[in-house]
Amino acid sequence: MMKRDECFRILARHITDEAVIATYSSAVDWVEVSPRPLNYLSIGAMGLDSSHGLGLALGRPDRRVVVLQGDGSLLMNLGSLVTIAAAAPKNLVHFVAHNDTYEANGGHPIPNPKVDFANIARSSGYAATYDFSDLRMFEQQIAHVLEQDGPVFATLHVEPSKPLHYDYASLYDPEKRKAFKAAWQMRSAQG
Amino acid sequence: MEATVTRAGATARELNGAGIIAAIKASGIEYILSVPDIVTSAGLLAPIAQDKDLRLIRVCKEDECIGIATGLAYSDKRALVLIQHTGFLDSINAIRGVAVEYKQPICMMIGLLQHDPEKAPKESPRYGVRIVEPILDDMGIAHHLLSVDADIARIKPAIDKAYAESQPVAFLVGRSPKS
Repeated sequence: MMKRDECFRILARHITDEAVIATYSSAVDWVEVSPRPLNYLSIGAMGLDSSHGLGLALGRPDRRVVVLQGDGSLLMNLGSLVTIAAAAPKNLVHFVAHNDTYEANGGHPIPNPKVDFANIARSSGYAATYDFSDLRMFEQQIAHVLEQDGPVFATLHVEPSKPLHYDYASLYDPEKRKAFKAAWQMRSAQG
Repeated sequence: MEATVTRAGATARELNGAGIIAAIKASGIEYILSVPDIVTSAGLLAPIAQDKDLRLIRVCKEDECIGIATGLAYSDKRALVLIQHTGFLDSINAIRGVAVEYKQPICMMIGLLQHDPEKAPKESPRYGVRIVEPILDDMGIAHHLLSVDADIARIKPAIDKAYAESQPVAFLVGRSPKS
């Protein structure tokens, strides 16, 4: 079993100008590891992370988009796996941090912790799927996961985190949305 | 044309699907995000699926459209969400959080299932139809009823305004558009 923040530290070493979509606990960990304008944190409703990612990926097919979703969040929008696979954006990499809990809502368990997200993504039609529960293996393969044609899906089997501080005012600050838009569209103009 | 004469000589009010699609294109819309709706199925969704100028993304559940449209908007791409009013009601939290509170230009075209086009939606005997406009009003979302061909002229200005001011807009399709 891995720790989410450790996975994110490894991931951050490979992130350059990608849009990174993260929300709730994943956002708290990701922002601590990698604060940057191209972090997209304002999802607006739990579960929509993957759908925002699809929109960004379709809108800028020449840029890569990374989604960092929680298991509870994905369960609220499981159909998005089918939608994403059908739309087939080559530039989308979709991670789910599977820690068996609705961590941001009090640490209650998800309905069935045994759910196999990678298998659902595979049968939905993702181009490639992975399951990681060993940090060393994740570190060895992350570059390949990020660079191959998508949509790519990877489950990160992680432990529940230490108690997190959810500073929603900061995470959802309108200035962060403006900064993201400016950074994303500046690259659009250059692209 | 707002009205045509039937064989029996009675006046029939119509809504032309091709006219709506032309207005959608004129508004700069590139993506249609949709869950099928029987009101707009033949007159809008079926021809849109065959239209080379529009990219149709078929989604599993209507609230996905709100996230996808937002991601596209951040990328300077315009999208139209084409759904049934039941899907609109199911997506209220996404519309609340993204379109309203985050001020995103989410453009929705909503078929009013089982609506009598000769009545105002607020006067519908169907509860689900009757509550749509009051909900939009309470959420501060601009809305326009598409019931006859003359209403089609409202589409482009409303979509342009939504993107210019980064705010949502809804078009309520009050009768099945002719294919």
